[in-house]
Amino acid sequence: MDFFKNDLSALHDQLASGELTASTLTDETLAAIHAHDDVDAFLALNDDAAKAQAKALDEAGTFASPLAGLPIAIKDNIVTKGLTTTASSKILGNFVPPYDATVIEKLNAAGAINVGKTNLDEFAMGSSTENSAFKVTKNAWDHTKVPGGSSGGSAAAVASGLVPAALGSDTGGSIRQPAAFNGIFGFKPTYGRVSRWGLIAFSSSLDQIGTLTRTVKDSALVLNVIAGHDDKDATTAEQPVPDFTAKIGQSIKGMKIALPTEYLGEGVDPQVADQIRKAADQLRSLGATVDEVSLPHTKYAVPTYYIIASSEASSNLQRFDGIRYGFRAEDVKNLKDVYVRSRSEGFGPEVKRRIMLGTFSLSAGFYDAYFKKAAQVRTLITNDFAKVFENYDLIIGPTTPTTAFTIGEKVTDPLTMYMNDILTIPANLAGLPAASVPAGFVDGMPVGLHMIGKHFDEQTIYQVAAAFEAANDYVAQIPGGAR
Amino acid sequence: MITKDSVAHVADLARLSFTDDELEQYTSQLDEILNMVDQLAEVDTEGVATTTQSVHLENVMRADVAVAQADLTPILANVPTHKGTLIQVPAIIDKEED
Amino acid sequence: MNFETTIGLEVHVELKTKSKMFSPSPVSYGAEPNVNTNVIDWGYPGVLPSINQGAYSLGIMVALALHADIAHWTHFDRKNYFYPDNPKAYQITQSEQPLATNGWIEIEVDGKKKKIGIAELHVEEDAGKNQHEDDGYSYVDLNRQGTPLVEIVSKPDIASPEEAYQYLEQLRQLVQFTGASDVKMEEGSMRVDTNLSVRPVGQDHFGTKTEIKNLNSFNHVRDGLAYEQQRQIQTLMAGGAIRQETRRWDVDKKETILMRVKEGADDYRYFPEPDLPPIHVTQTWIEKVAAQLPEAAAKRRERYVSQWNIPAYDAGVLTLTKEMADFFEATVALGADPKLASNWLMGEVSGYLNANHLELAQVALTPAHLAKMIALIQDGTISSKIAKKVFQEIIANDTDPEQWVNDQGLIQLSDPAKLTPVIDGVLDANQQSIDDFKDGKDRAIGFLVGQIMKQTHGKANPKVVNQLLMAEIKKR
Ligand SMILES: [Mg+2]
Ligand SMILES: [Zn+2]
Repeated sequence: MDFFKNDLSALHDQLASGELTASTLTDETLAAIHAHDDVDAFLALNDDAAKAQAKALDEAGTFASPLAGLPIAIKDNIVTKGLTTTASSKILGNFVPPYDATVIEKLNAAGAINVGKTNLDEFAMGSSTENSAFKVTKNAWDHTKVPGGSSGGSAAAVASGLVPAALGSDTGGSIRQPAAFNGIFGFKPTYGRVSRWGLIAFSSSLDQIGTLTRTVKDSALVLNVIAGHDDKDATTAEQPVPDFTAKIGQSIKGMKIALPTEYLGEGVDPQVADQIRKAADQLRSLGATVDEVSLPHTKYAVPTYYIIASSEASSNLQRFDGIRYGFRAEDVKNLKDVYVRSRSEGFGPEVKRRIMLGTFSLSAGFYDAYFKKAAQVRTLITNDFAKVFENYDLIIGPTTPTTAFTIGEKVTDPLTMYMNDILTIPANLAGLPAASVPAGFVDGMPVGLHMIGKHFDEQTIYQVAAAFEAANDYVAQIPGGAR
Repeated sequence: MITKDSVAHVADLARLSFTDDELEQYTSQLDEILNMVDQLAEVDTEGVATTTQSVHLENVMRADVAVAQADLTPILANVPTHKGTLIQVPAIIDKEED
Repeated sequence: MNFETTIGLEVHVELKTKSKMFSPSPVSYGAEPNVNTNVIDWGYPGVLPSINQGAYSLGIMVALALHADIAHWTHFDRKNYFYPDNPKAYQITQSEQPLATNGWIEIEVDGKKKKIGIAELHVEEDAGKNQHEDDGYSYVDLNRQGTPLVEIVSKPDIASPEEAYQYLEQLRQLVQFTGASDVKMEEGSMRVDTNLSVRPVGQDHFGTKTEIKNLNSFNHVRDGLAYEQQRQIQTLMAGGAIRQETRRWDVDKKETILMRVKEGADDYRYFPEPDLPPIHVTQTWIEKVAAQLPEAAAKRRERYVSQWNIPAYDAGVLTLTKEMADFFEATVALGADPKLASNWLMGEVSGYLNANHLELAQVALTPAHLAKMIALIQDGTISSKIAKKVFQEIIANDTDPEQWVNDQGLIQLSDPAKLTPVIDGVLDANQQSIDDFKDGKDRAIGFLVGQIMKQTHGKANPKVVNQLLMAEIKKR
């Protein structure tokens, strides 16, 4: 099955008309992943359950739902009942969840078929998927380069045509950055739009589940299924869920777009900046206005983020203690040993680094200068956005300062790695919806155009992203190495 | 400047242990990260409210209705060691109840 | 040297709800280990808490009963620490802005009234339970994990072990009358942590305090604090110093025993719980809870005295527990004479409960049947003596007293037509007693009544017998 040529709608039509069966589609998808996962995108495949689900769908013959019978890959920090879920950590190497995440329940109810779990940076902490305890995923366009992260497995799987869609999670750019690095569409909805029940928490106030797809419309089709208030997640909003495809195809004439000066400033590769300016011109040619604005607190986003995310993570990850589930160290002498050795042996170096930073930031005597200070600066960053959104419908910029870097290049230098998220982090801090849209290439590697919308205004992003997608041929370009 | 001693103290709070070499490395990396973080000090946050949740909601609550456990079997299957339905851990020496 | 004592009490009270504070698992006791749990209680990866509104309302109710100022805006915080009974390795509690602050309780010691301040009340989740066995392992049961608690922290106003005891008594009573908790130390629905320090009179800063754990009754609290107070004073008098430490009350040895010395403060790394939006307690919400707040013991006492002429002492006894007060009021509501109902509850009922180590809730007796029995006494159907027999039956088996009296043939004989022949017979056979009576020996009448009772198997109505007997003797 060629997922480069067939998007979700096309596949849906073939299933609905009987031209294709769900079983054939599922078998072919799984077989292709088994044979051609040369990017090492998957940690585990869901063969038996996926095939059984496809068979049941074929027997019932019900393909009314737009996702019925369609394969989707799931980032392995989203729990799946009965299917090992590791968050790419040794500490959860043997963990079999007894329950499904809400997004999984919703996808199941819609008839979508979870074909397997994708690799990520351990507990979603990282920007390269090199922090996985199990494997290093490769960039779909160049196997010597990183796929980005932390949803690197999901991004590489979609970009190399193994699945048409995948779920990811985005805490500081973990969907958008790998989408940009792999030349696909990555979408992080508004904080509170999609239930986090069953998403293994990294930073509770920043985490949000979203989509990785090749096309804008495919993302909207998946979001239509997974969005909405959930009684199990008190941070999901009681907001009406629109049809996210509704504005796709509408003209963006008169749309007011802001391009923050800070987003094209120091640290952004000039060639990447050029691509973004070209994209801005293209949006102007489609009838939008694009003005330069300022988001003055942008440079504080990285330190703010690393304090808040690490603090929350240090608390969220304390439950991995070797007592009730997951890895317990061998030959422990006493209770403290169970904790210290299980955690020290079970977590990788980056996770430990963040736990240390977070624990420090919350500890007695440092809380005010670190956690509290960061929570205040977060307010200022949020206010910057609110001010711009008084006059604009959308904010754009590059998704990442550079294109994908080489595997191993930054892994020993955490600080440089952290700076890589500077452009995506602000949207998480403010809880805003944001996407990365393919915007051409620099030296053969994809560049992403970043779009940030107002709270719960995912529709404007879809509208503008779709207009941009239709105005160029980036989506038609596929990695050379791919089948 | 964060010291090796305070890094060791933080590790103890977090129930992590490091070799001496690792401790050196974490100390220098944390120091570098904290230097970067310290630029926050230049931001005037006098009287600025904290943001701990980005989308304002309030009173998201459920009614007091009990729902019984569906099945303990898969949960017990994940427990490294258990006796019957109890979780087994090495003896707790300090028998203080928190 | 004279010393003054400062005592702080932290009281945890379990709120009486159907489900847990942050998970819908049932709250119940005595279930098989870990059966009343779900993935939330186990702190599974990916789970999220959700707030039990009913529990929070009960917290507000307790705060109202303790005259505290309720916060309109508050949120939950995480308190981080590793322990096997604490599955997330953090407790969801309130730290930055608790449910309520600034409450008070009035106590009376040696006839003097004193207000003890309450610094704060906060809502939080209980931990599970660790069991310690001698096979080298401990075992964790998470059934209790997540049970809603309100923690009540006193201001440093308590100056003696006796004041601490009275504070706890009053606190227990105030909370019990709200119905928000069972507040039973022996069942763990009320738990007390104490700290105590002494300082020379006149010293402006507090002395170093020690904590005492393992206090399972109010008496243990009083005894433990008294012991600790003396130990600290003696240590200081001998030139020693008090260390910050946690001690355990040993019931058998009647002394506090060192558990551990505290090195520096605990570091719980509190921060706002990101998974739960803030709670906005509106005035409407508070008023709604206030409208449901049952009448406090003190109000009830006043009412019993003014409305029903119950002696103040009796009113005090009737309001020692909410169960008793509710039972009393229900009995009166069913038509029973308040004074008689009070006498029965304070006398026979309490006697029965004490003798059998039972609580009112554990016996079969209902207000309906007590009221009916009292009515039977008042209308002369049964004698007070028979009533005691009836009582034994209805308290043990909740039998309908009227039915039972009928079935057992215990109805009092009051009909003169039936009593006269018996009286005549007894008089005929006891001329000596008639003569004695007429000679002024009043005792003789008692003998005659006894004979009549004997012949009626105790069923004769003594009042009627007396009247008929006197009339008949006069005729002879
Ligand atoms: Mg507390
Ligand atoms: Zn507490």
